[in-house]
Formats: sequence, C-alpha cells, structure tokens
Amino acid sequence: MKLKLGLEIFGFLLLAAIVAVLPRFIGDFTAYEFAIVGMYFITLLGLSILTGYSGQISLGHGAFMAVGGYTTAILTVDGIYGHQIRSLWTIPIAGVVAGVAGLLVGIPALRLSGLYLALITFGIAVSFPQLPKKWDHFFGGTTGKLLNILKPPFGLDTTANNWLYYLTWGIALVLLVVAWALLRGKPGRALQAIRDSEIAAASSGVNLATYKTVAFGISAFYAGVAGSLYVISRAYMNPDVFPIILSVYLVAALAVGGLDSLVGLIAGAALIYVLQNRADDVTRWLNHLPALDLDPKRPGVPSVVFGVVLIVVMLILPTGAGGLLRRLFGPLTRRLYSRS
Amino acid sequence: MVAAFTWTEFAQQIAAGVREGAIYAGLALALVIIYRSSRVINFAQGEMATFTTFVAWSLMNHGLSFWVAFPIVLAIAFAGGVTIETVLIRPIANANVLTIVIVTLGLALLLNGLTSVIWGGGNRQFHGPFSTRTIDVGGVPISVQDIGIVVVSLALVVLLGLFFRFTKLGLALRASALNPDSSRLVGVRVGWMLALGWGIAAVLGAVAGMMIAPVVFLDPNMMQTILLYAFAAAVLGGLDSPVGAVVGGILLGVTITLLGRYVGFIGSTLKLPAALLLILLLLLVRPGGLFGRVAVKRV
Repeated sequence: MKLKLGLEIFGFLLLAAIVAVLPRFIGDFTAYEFAIVGMYFITLLGLSILTGYSGQISLGHGAFMAVGGYTTAILTVDGIYGHQIRSLWTIPIAGVVAGVAGLLVGIPALRLSGLYLALITFGIAVSFPQLPKKWDHFFGGTTGKLLNILKPPFGLDTTANNWLYYLTWGIALVLLVVAWALLRGKPGRALQAIRDSEIAAASSGVNLATYKTVAFGISAFYAGVAGSLYVISRAYMNPDVFPIILSVYLVAALAVGGLDSLVGLIAGAALIYVLQNRADDVTRWLNHLPALDLDPKRPGVPSVVFGVVLIVVMLILPTGAGGLLRRLFGPLTRRLYSRS
Repeated sequence: MVAAFTWTEFAQQIAAGVREGAIYAGLALALVIIYRSSRVINFAQGEMATFTTFVAWSLMNHGLSFWVAFPIVLAIAFAGGVTIETVLIRPIANANVLTIVIVTLGLALLLNGLTSVIWGGGNRQFHGPFSTRTIDVGGVPISVQDIGIVVVSLALVVLLGLFFRFTKLGLALRASALNPDSSRLVGVRVGWMLALGWGIAAVLGAVAGMMIAPVVFLDPNMMQTILLYAFAAAVLGGLDSPVGAVVGGILLGVTITLLGRYVGFIGSTLKLPAALLLILLLLLVRPGGLFGRVAVKRV
C-alpha cells in the first residue's frame, strides 16, 4: 500500500509540474482553452465522486454549473445590498450555493434509484433554463448579465488568459487533492460499498442517507465552482451559457474517460471542450476521411461524433479510456504493489 | 393577466390538454414497452421519433401525400427499432444501469446530430393530414387537427392493446417481458421478442412525431421537451404499466395545460418544472407510480 501511495503522490506532483510549466510552451489563446478544459475537469471530478463512487447517476450537472454561474454573475453585477463582490471571492460562494442545491436534490434522490434518478435529474437539466426566464429581474432573463473582463490581480505581469489558466488549474489541483483525500479513506470505501450493493452497505453499518446526500452536495459544489469560473472566463451569463446538452456531454465524458480514472477525466474534459467549442475544426478534420464532404457550418457533427464515440466505447471498453490504460499497465503495476 | 373565465374556453383547454396528452401517451407507451421487455429507459426515444418524422417530411417533399408516406415511414421506423435493439442493446443487455443509460444517450446524440447533418438545423413547416379549421362540438369550437391527433393516437393504442391481448405473438411478447427464462423453456424466441418490442416502440414514436410536427414545427430538437413529458407520464402511470402510460399521458397533458392557463404564476414558462415537481412528489408517495408495482428485490 505504501508504494501505491508513493505512486499516487508522484503522479500528482508530475501533473502539478506539467500544469505549472505548460503555459511557457503554448500560446496565449491555447492557455485560455486549457483553462476551459480545467473547468470541465473540475465538474467531472465532482461527477466522478457522485456517479463513479456512490453510483448515483446525475444527468443534471449542467444545471449545477449554471447555479454557480448565476451566483457569480448576480454577486458581481448586482451585489448584495448594492455592494458588488469581486469575482474571485464569488467562486467559493458559488460552490457553496450549488452545493446546497445539490443537497436539496440529494434528499429526494435517496428514494429514487437508478433510472428514476437519471430521469429526474435530466428533468432538472431541461427545466432549469426556464427559471431565469420566469424571474428575469433577478436573473437577467434571456439577455443575461455582463461581467467585467477578468484582469490579473496585484499588478501581476501576466496576460489575462495565463492568469485564468493558473487560477483554474490551481483550484482544480486543490479540489483534486480534496477528492483524493476524501475518497482514499473510509468515506470512499463507504461510497463504493453503496454503489456495489446498498443493502450490503447498510447492513455493514454505512449510513446510506448521509453518505448519498453528502456525495450529491459535494459533487454539486465542484460543479458550482467550475460554473463560476466558466462565467468569469466568458464575462457574461445567460440561460444559453450552459446548454441542456452539456449535462449529457458531462455524463458522456465521464463514461468515455472511465468513471474513476484521473487521466481519463482530463481526456473526457478535453473531449467536451473540442466538441463544444471547436466543432467546425472537427468537421474539417473528418472531411479528410474518404467519401465525406460536410459543411463545417452545419450543426450536428459534434453530436454525431460524441454519440458514435460513446456507443463504441461502451460496447468495446465498458470501463472507458481509464480502464483501458489500467488493463494495459495493470500487469506492470500489480507486480509493484505485490512486492510492497 | 388571466382573461375572464368562460366554460367554453375551459372546454377548449381540456381539449388541447387531451391532444397534448395523446402525444405524451403514445411516447410514454413506447417507453413502457421497452422498459418492460429490456429494463431500459430509452433516452433516444424522442430522437428516433424526430428522425422518422424528418424521413416523412422528405418523402412528402418528393410529392407523396401524407397517407402514402405514413405506412412507409412506419415500416422504416419498425426496421430501425429492430436494428437498434439487435446491434446496440443486445450486447449490453446484462450491463449495469449506467452503461445502458449512456448507450441510449449516445444513440440520442447520434440521431440528433445526424438529423441536423442531413436536413440542417432550423425549423420548418410540416403539413399534417388534418386541417386546422375548427368545428363545433357541443357548442365548443375544436380544431379538426386536434381531434385527428387524438383519434389516430388512441386508435393505435387500442390496436396495440388488442394485439397484446388477443394474438399469440402478443402473448409471447408479454410472456418474454414478464419471465424470459420460462418463456425460453416453452419455445418463445425471447431475443426476437425484445427486438420486436423496440420495433413497436419506434413505430409508436414515429406516429407521435408525425402527429405533433404540424403543431410545433419540425426541427431536430422538437421532441426533447415532449420526451420529458412522456417520461413524466410513464413514471406517473408506473413504468411497467401500459395502461398507466396512456392514462398518465392524458392526465398529465390536461393537468399541465390547465395549470399553465389558469395558474398565473406557472404560466407557460414554469409548465415543465411544475410537471417535474408533480412527478417527484408522486414518486415520494407512491414509488411505483399510479398503476405500477413496486419491485421487491430478493437479496
């Protein structure tokens, strides 16, 4: 076990080092793109706690991101009692607000299993965009709210995009350590026990209600933080910033990446980014294939790609990209563990 | 502002609700048929319906009349449903819930994207078989289109009911849904029955799509909210009860239409959240829905 811990710490330090030096080798806009990938990564981390560990399916995490996003937008633009709050300080608040929303969803979720939970959370994803339209004075309606463009603080000598990159990945790494610390000990084992068999877990003394609700809350907290960052990066918020399809993409990316694999989650986050924001490049790239000539302006190609990837991955590699890696390197690392 | 209440308008609202409900009932029934046989919630049901409706649009664009295109589209839908079951669903029949949900979501994304790629985004007019002029039914003006939609949808439901109840194939379908192992022992080809179930579900979806398209305009995302109401209707009636799906569909359609019209706070924006809240409350009180049975699991 000691060796496993060592390997995990080494892996984390390696990731942190890569994150730290990467902006030296990439352009300014690429840094921005990596920052967005980092935001999806944070959400996927939270989703992995919920779905990968506690086994509850949420098709509504886009809505929790939107809760975080609206918290930031409202606090920075309108403020509380006229006191606007700096966007950085709204990030933890957004996480907490989304987390509370997650707890509230988690309570009825206790009585819903599997498919019912998937249906209800999907309903949340689809109906959430209606709320800003209903209370448009508060949320800004369909036009939404404009934020100030992010500037590096304390007169730091760096570009806004680099600052966004370090901010996002700094938070991502902290949240990664938090998730890791939570999941490697008793809570992680309890959640996995719940996932594998609720009845067996309950008879071994695991408090189902507490663990499942708190997992929902934590997972929504992660989504809220990511949503807040996303709105800060875009500098505006309206109901279309987090489209309904994003909730589906998130679960899909989690499945493609592998439910509990760290590297897989980063790959999944990158996949979401590319399909959401670089769709026409994907089409142009696909046109290199024989017998294909698609109009890059036409919508739909990212969905087709994502759908095909999703189905193929699920049919061929039910454990996702992370599972494949583990199967490839499994024989090697198992030797390492057994010697310790 | 809510205008003054009149009984004529109330009756019209009920009629509109029944029309909405008939569509939900059709899709909900499709969901229930698939759920009963494969224990899968088909998240792609709406996109399957949209895709087949676009096929119908293309056929009609090539000069076919609606009632000529109708059976062709149903045949295509049936073949599509059977193919989807055999190619995609059968290999993962024994996988966990998450895998199955994700595969049907993948299918939904694929079909939605494919519809946009083939026919382009944006909405277009779909000329239905019924005129939109109103006729007088007991002093209440109701459009021919609404009546036609309800009649066609419910006729299909009744036909299916007769099929399940009175034919040997229908019996085999029901048997393989209830107890696959015993059915296999008495010679029912359970695998084909599942595929048949998907085919029937696809046909139901195609009919729902072709009925609603003239009302809401045809576009690649037209079924997304409708599918959500259909989920709600299926859950309301009980996921494993076909009767429940139909009753749930009509009940939901009428309730939501009336709430949207007469409760100013809900209006048209909060219809969907209201439906969701209703279903959530119902599930907390009656986890099996109105007509469903609560599964008792042996450990």
